[in-house]
Formats: sequence, C-alpha cells, structure tokens
Amino acid sequence: MNRASELSGANLITASEIVKDFSGHRALNHVSMEVPEGSIYGLLGPNGAGKTTLLRIINQITAPDQGSILFKGVPIGQEHRHMIGYLPEERGLYKKMKVGEQALYLAQLKGLSRQEAMKRLKMWFRKFEIEAWWDKKVEELSKGMAQKVQFIITVLHEPRLLIFDEPFSGFDPINVNLLKQEILQMKEQGATIIFSTHNMASVEELCDHITLVNESKTVLQGEISEIRERYRANKYLVTFSGSEERLASGLDPRFELVRVEENGMGRKATIRIKKEEEGSGDLIRNLLEITEIKAFLEILPGMNDIFIQVVNETIQKKGS
Amino acid sequence: MIIQREYLTRIRKKSFIIMSVLGPLIFAAYILIPIYFATMEDKEEKIMVVIDDSKLFTEQGADGPVCVIPETETLKFQVIEGVPIATFRETFEESGYYGLLFIPSNILASESSLIYSTKQTSVEISEYLKRSMESEIEHLKLAQHEIEEIEKILAEVETSINVRNIKWTKDGKSKESNTGVVMGVGYLGGMMIFFFIFFFGSQVMRGVIEEKVSRIIEVIVSSVKPFQLMMGKIIGVGLTGLTQFLIWMILSVMLITGLKAAFFPELSQTPTEQVVSSDLFEQGASGEDRVNRTEEAVASDDMETAQEIFASLKSINAGVMIGSFLFYFIFGYLLYASMFAVIGSAVDNETDTQQLIFPVILPLILGIYVMISAINNPDNALSFWFSIIPFTSPVVMMVRIPFGVPWWQLALSGSLLIGTFLGMTWVAGKVYRTGILMYGKKNSYKEIWKWLRYSS
Repeated sequence: MNRASELSGANLITASEIVKDFSGHRALNHVSMEVPEGSIYGLLGPNGAGKTTLLRIINQITAPDQGSILFKGVPIGQEHRHMIGYLPEERGLYKKMKVGEQALYLAQLKGLSRQEAMKRLKMWFRKFEIEAWWDKKVEELSKGMAQKVQFIITVLHEPRLLIFDEPFSGFDPINVNLLKQEILQMKEQGATIIFSTHNMASVEELCDHITLVNESKTVLQGEISEIRERYRANKYLVTFSGSEERLASGLDPRFELVRVEENGMGRKATIRIKKEEEGSGDLIRNLLEITEIKAFLEILPGMNDIFIQVVNETIQKKGS
Repeated sequence: MIIQREYLTRIRKKSFIIMSVLGPLIFAAYILIPIYFATMEDKEEKIMVVIDDSKLFTEQGADGPVCVIPETETLKFQVIEGVPIATFRETFEESGYYGLLFIPSNILASESSLIYSTKQTSVEISEYLKRSMESEIEHLKLAQHEIEEIEKILAEVETSINVRNIKWTKDGKSKESNTGVVMGVGYLGGMMIFFFIFFFGSQVMRGVIEEKVSRIIEVIVSSVKPFQLMMGKIIGVGLTGLTQFLIWMILSVMLITGLKAAFFPELSQTPTEQVVSSDLFEQGASGEDRVNRTEEAVASDDMETAQEIFASLKSINAGVMIGSFLFYFIFGYLLYASMFAVIGSAVDNETDTQQLIFPVILPLILGIYVMISAINNPDNALSFWFSIIPFTSPVVMMVRIPFGVPWWQLALSGSLLIGTFLGMTWVAGKVYRTGILMYGKKNSYKEIWKWLRYSS
C-alpha cells in the first residue's frame, strides 16, 4: 500500500487536486476533499461555485481533467457505481412511465434484483404513505410528490455513499424534517452522505464536516465544530438586570459594548473582548462589579455568518 | 435492462398497436386497390344507339338491323334507322340510352365518327369503338382488293410476340425473370429500409431528448455508462421496429391472401412452375384474333401475368435477398440511429432538431434518388458507388441485388457499412456523453465538434 492510500484509509472518498475546465472557464480549480466514512459531509458554496460539477465527477458522470478520486483508497471505477446513490439537483423521471415501474427499472439499473427491488419499494412506499401512487404516471404527480419518489429511488439500493445535490429544495418543512430524519438514520446505519446545500441551518444540524467552495476554489474546509471555533468573534451575550448606563460606564476599556437589546426576558448586552488572549473570566469579574448577571453565553458564529463572511472575504481579496 | 425498457414501453404504447394493425391494412390496400380497380368493371349494362348512315356497320339480323361491332357484356347496341339525330336530342336524357354513335356516310373518306351523349363517355368505351371500327374498315378496304382467302391470310399474318427475359447464370441454368417484378421487389425493399431508418431513427432522437428534457439522464448515467444507455436505446428501439415490421409482414401476407381468395379467386390458384422450353412453342401456336378478343381471353391473360410474377419472384435468389435485406435493414438503421442519438443529445427540445437533422437525412434522400435511377441502370458507376458508400448503400444496394451483384461488392459494401457503423457509434458515444449534460448551449455542428474533442 502506498502512502496516499494508507492516509485515505479512513476516508470513503478522497478527492485530490481536481481540475475541470469547460470551454474557456474553469469550473474546479485544484479542489481537494476528504470525506470520512460514516460522516455527513456538507458541500457549500454560492451558485455557480462548482459544487454540482464536483458531485458529478464523484458520480463518474463527467471525468476530471486533472486529479483523482479514490473510493476507499482505490481509484473510483465502474464497480463503485452500484455503491453510490445520487439525487441530482435537477430532479427528473420519465413522465409517461408509471411510478412503480420506473422505480423498479432504476433500481435494477443499480444492480438490485427485481424481487429485492420490489420488496424494498413496497417497504418505502408504505413508510412514506404513498402506496396509492404506484400505478400513477409521473406527470400526474406534483413536484413535491415526484421528489419523494426520486428520493426513494436514490436510497433504495442502500448505497455506502449517498450524494444529494440540494436535497431540501422544493420540499415543504414537514417533508424537510422527514428527509433529515432519514438522512440521520442512514448515517447511523453506516452510510456516508455528501450533500450540497444553501440551507445553513441544515448544515449546522446535520453535517460533521464541510467544504466551502467559491469561484471554483476551496475557501474553507474542516470539521464544523472546529470551524465555528475558528470563527468565534470573542463575543458574549449577557442577560442582566440593572441600569444600562451603569453597564456602559463601568465597563473596562479592554471590553467593548456592541449593543444592548431589550425584550420580555430582560436586557441583553453583546460584549466583545478586544484582545483574543483575554479570557472570559476577566469579563465576568468586571461585570459582577457593575451589574447583576442573569445569564452569560459565548456567541459562536452560525454557519450562515461564516458563509457570508468567507465568501465576502474572497471577493474582497479578488478586488484588492 | 435498458433495451428491455425501451422495448417494452414502446410496444405498450397505443400508437404502436394502432400502427401495427393499420400498417398492413394500408399496405394491403396499397397492393389490392389497384388490382381491384383494374379488374372491376362497370357491370351496368349500357345501351348505345347506332345511327349508321354509311350502312357499313349494320347487317340484317333476324329481328331487324344489327350492328357488326361485337357487343360486350356491358355494352349493347341498338341500331335505329330512318330517324334523324335531332329527334334524340331533346329526349335523350330520359331515354336511358348511354350514348349515340353516329357513323356518317362518308366514313371511309373522312375517317371520323361521332358519339353524342349527355355524360362524358368513358375512355374505355370510345377506345373500344374506335378499335372495332378501325379493324372493320381495314377489313373492308382489304376486301376491296379482292384477294382470295384474305381472312385466312390475315389470320396467319396476325402475330403477337411475347418477349420473355431469360438469364443465363454461371451454373448453366436458365432463369426467367420479369424485370418489372424484380424492380418492384428491390424498390420495395429499399423504400422500407428508408422509412424504417427515418421513422425509428427519429424515435431514438426523441427518446434521447425526452431523457434530457425530463432530466432523468443524470440519474441514469450515474448508474450506467452513457454509451451503454445510448446503445441500449438504439437496440431497444430497433427491436421495436423489427417487431412492428414482423407484425406487418405477417398481417399483410394474411390479409392479402385472405382478400385475394375472397375477391379474386382466379388469382389464388397455385401457379404451376413454368418450364421455359416447352412453354415457348405453345405460346407461339396460340395466335389469337385480337379483334375478337373476349373477356375470357383477358382473364386468361391476367392469369398468365400472375404466373409470370410468381415465377419471377422465384427467380430472385430468395436467400440472398432476404439475408441482405435484413443486413442492410439492421446496420443501416444502427448507423443512422447513432447519428440521430447525437442530434438528440445536442438539443434541448424537439424544435431545435430541424437544422441539425438536415445533413443527416440528406444522404438518405440522395440514396432514394440514386435508387430510382439504379432501377434502370443497376450496374452503372453511379449505382455502383452509391451502393458501396455506407451512408447510401442500405437503400441503393437493395435495388441492385435482384439483378445480381458480385459477391465481392456485397462483401465490400457490407464491411464498409459495419466499419462505419462502429466508427460512428464510437464518435456518437463521445459526443453523446458530453451533449446529454449540456443545457442551453447553442446547437451547431461546431459545438458538437468541440464536444467530440473533449478527451475523457
């Protein structure tokens, strides 16, 4: 075993230095990604960043111009097709074909036997309570209904790797929750999941790792908890009772009062520690002198903020 | 799997079933209606009034004057003497007469007669009258020369030459062929290949567009290679076509035999094998008097033609014919289907196909033109080259085969076709895999060329 495969042993997918050019424009510029087995991996980025292209390359729909994809340490090939389930962003089914027939057909293309596919389909259709759709044509279904069918088709062959391109777009909140639960359950059963999304709330909720791509390049990568740690702004939310003026005047110059909000629960102040080295202990000590603390909480940045911040940073860098 | 789906979904379509049933009906109608019209004659009896001023065409019969022109089953004559034409004019429509033949007294000199009628006289009847009168006058004129036994001499002089084509083959046998039938078979074969390619080729194209437009393509190519999908589609549609074709053939044969037995019992008698040599003399001996040609004679003549047709069909080497038909049928289709698949992959909707499809069907249409000329000159340079060039060979070769094509030409044309098919499929596969994922690109052959050069 060479070093590379040793290193990637724990990873289900190792994408290294992927480059893909489309006539005149570079869709992916030396993008690397390591997806640990059994994790949920988020692929983030603004529209047109190259997310779908990367997912297509992992699916062997298109081939990269440079770079390689390893599946469990071996270069990805035909034998892996059946181990991957893919839900593309642009959903589509044969409009004139009946739902059940179509699901059977697509499942068999993924290597399931007809009987096995039938058995599992019946189970899923019961689970999603859509047994009545079996003999309907796809064109008779609503968009959301068709998406449900397509989700079933994607996961039916119980692949080791599931790739969802914008899985939540077009679903109502109830079905988004249903989907999230299914995704978490599949993770528990040992599947690895990669999904691309704009929905940052779902990233925080589901993902273990993320890669943020912008303008064809990786701009942020790593474990979610680690990233949020990295982007902490040393801000604290203090719920207090007492006068606002006293708080403002009594605060040590090492700390900055960002803003004070008031609602039914009491007054809340957002305070920033100017120097990173200073701990929160000093702030608490300072606050105890000047007010009565009801709650003290570090503000960790949401993925949404990080996303916007990082994307803006790269735009500024490009501008300067 | 893919083949199966393509095949089953198409076969279950309503249009397929309708076409399967309608096709042979149309086909049978196409063959039978002309025969029907040809044999069907107006059974209504028509009475023609004859006013013969010349007295050359009337003789005294038992019940008064009778016209010398022989009556047929449907055309009767009634000679009326001493009544001027003008008296008929006003009451003619109510009288029920079909027409009035007026033969002027100076017919020998003027060589003209008149038919008065309220309706348009049918060409058949006026031709019959013309021929009869001509021969009667010829007889009269000849009689004026007072040659002895003139009738007998005439009968001896009367000749009818029957030209039969007998081809010497290398193994020393003589084969009789009817050029018309040979042409017909080749022409039919070529035409069928043309329509098959065109019809089912564009079905492949539509299928590709459907997958692209419905966006299911991405799901499928994540499961199977694009090339597998393309070939699956082409073969599936091809099998559909073959199935339909088989149904057509079987139903047509059944229909034609059925209808033939019902309407033309005389044709359905099994034609006996004609032995060329012994038959020739019989034919020569049976000189018929053309003037007194009866209905019966016409019928037996039809029989003869029918027998000739069957004999000619036998003279075409059926094995070679069917074998090469299937070969060109299948590979011609495969070649064009892959091109149609490329077009399908290059566009976003069906209306955009128009401009791209033209260069593809151009050689096919060219093939049809050459085929028509090749019927007359199956062995000239034009026919030769176009039956070798793969894009036109399926259509053109079909009309050449009945006339006999050297084996090396068949082999060359066939292997070129297979070679081009393989090359075209390879190219098509490359373009296809790029094309199916492209949306909103302007579709031109320049763009397709670019996709082809994407190495991956």
